[in-house]
Amino acid sequence: MAKHTISMTINGQPVTAEVDSRLLLVHFIRENLSLTGTHIGCDTSNCGACTILLDGKSIKSCTYLAVRADGAEITTIEGVAAEGTNHPLQQGFHDQHGLHCGFCTPGMIMRSIDLLNNNPNPTEEEIRWGISGNLCRCTGYNNIVKAIQQAAEEMQKKETTV
Amino acid sequence: MIPAKFNYHKATSLQQAIALSQELGEEAKYMSGGQSLLPMMKLRFATPEHIIDISKLEGLSYIKEEGDLLKIGGLTTQSEMEHNELLKSKYPIFGDAIWLTADPSVRNCGTIGGNIAHGDAANDQPALMIAMRATIIAQGADGEKSIPIDEFFHGFYMTALEPGDILTEIQIPKAKKNSGGAYHKVERKVGDYATAGVAVHLELDDDGVCREVGIGLTNLSPMPMRLERGEEVLRGKKITDELIAQVGLIASEDCEPDSDLRGSEAYKRAIVNTITKRMLNKALERARK
Ligand SMILES: Cc1cc2nc3c(=O)[nH]c(=O)nc-3n(C[C@H](O)[C@H](O)[C@H](O)COP(=O)(O)OP(=O)(O)OC[C@H]3O[C@@H](n4cnc5c(N)ncnc54)[C@H](O)[C@@H]3O)c2cc1C
Ligand code: FES
Ligand code: FES
Repeated sequence: MAKHTISMTINGQPVTAEVDSRLLLVHFIRENLSLTGTHIGCDTSNCGACTILLDGKSIKSCTYLAVRADGAEITTIEGVAAEGTNHPLQQGFHDQHGLHCGFCTPGMIMRSIDLLNNNPNPTEEEIRWGISGNLCRCTGYNNIVKAIQQAAEEMQKKETTV
Repeated sequence: MIPAKFNYHKATSLQQAIALSQELGEEAKYMSGGQSLLPMMKLRFATPEHIIDISKLEGLSYIKEEGDLLKIGGLTTQSEMEHNELLKSKYPIFGDAIWLTADPSVRNCGTIGGNIAHGDAANDQPALMIAMRATIIAQGADGEKSIPIDEFFHGFYMTALEPGDILTEIQIPKAKKNSGGAYHKVERKVGDYATAGVAVHLELDDDGVCREVGIGLTNLSPMPMRLERGEEVLRGKKITDELIAQVGLIASEDCEPDSDLRGSEAYKRAIVNTITKRMLNKALERARK
């Protein structure tokens, strides 16, 4: 079983590695690159703790082969803050108490980035459907929704002032 | 959970993928979104020796009307379909279904071709294809073939696709005046596979008489199922509440559900009756707009 050489950018940094065909992207990110902000919850594509952005779109990295990410641009939770300043979603989760244990939070934030890119001003219902593939066992979701609403407002303000 | 060992091949063109598949034989499997196949490989329900990645093939992601047909490329993702203006405005049945399929991150990868080619009666797109009388276009070693949907599903995870065939396009008769469709499924929780699902597509003539009708059922039989007896009741008639009630009953009689974690056989027979009636009414409302 031949190894494959893959190259991609992760959080803006170019990375080249040799991987087995069967290596899952989440293991590549956590174990080969030591970026442990991306979590493994269910390992069965259900919980969303492993959500990352691949070419700008949210995917579940436990259900993606690392070898298929060759040539891709990947963003993980470690890559969302700009030079020490929280991303509006990180700030939203902080301000609105959008987390308790925090296990789901990286995945929630990565999913929400894609959601707000596609729909900058979502309704509450659209937010709830938008994060339907991300489970949280602590918060009851209400504060997560508020966090995303705060971020949406903040990001739109920025859009209009730029 | 890690899949069993396999060799990975990235396809660079349709012809190269087909040739590679011929060369590697039955132990090779195509992967498009990987959202059905990879979970099965992680559970070791599937242990292919070779994976041929077709997700990067160019020119197979599109949604367009051409002549009398709506054409959807086999590699079009469910997210692309969900956000597509043509489907939103003229074919709302797709929105009904995709909204209830998996979740946005899975839909970012999962393709319509994979959803149909998988041959899983629990997947949502097959019922829509049955209701809308789709034709499946595939490319294989012997060139292109065109398979009417009623000849496509052969059994549990079995389809008319032969090893090496790539589902390249779905063709659906273009939406006509006075036509409409609707889909709904009952699910235990958001993103779950259907406990029971029903797709309806109707075409009325100017007097409101039902000219054509298609009804497809999700996860109520070993393979995706057409409710033929129900269609016959409606075809050529003015659709009334009585006829709709009759078709609901036929659905609960003719489906072939098993009792499982999603519900007992009796429960599934009861809810398919209700969903069928609601979808007939919804499709009728859309057709009359
Ligand atoms: C958590 C979760 C929940 C889900 N819930 C639902 C749901 O509620 N409803 C639903 O319908 N689906 C659901 N799915 C499945 C999802 O929609 C899949 O993406 C889809 O069914 C398969 O598409 P794919 O592109 O990922 O196919 P793959 O997984 O890549 O392939 C599936 C099969 O089809 C074959 N194949 C793929 N593409 C082609 C092609 N173009 N030509 C020939 N053969 C091909 C492959 O060889 C394989 O056998 C769910 C998936 C997950 C992970
Ligand atoms: S770990 Fe990937 S979805 Fe749960
Ligand atoms: S904060 Fe604990 S799982 Fe969401």
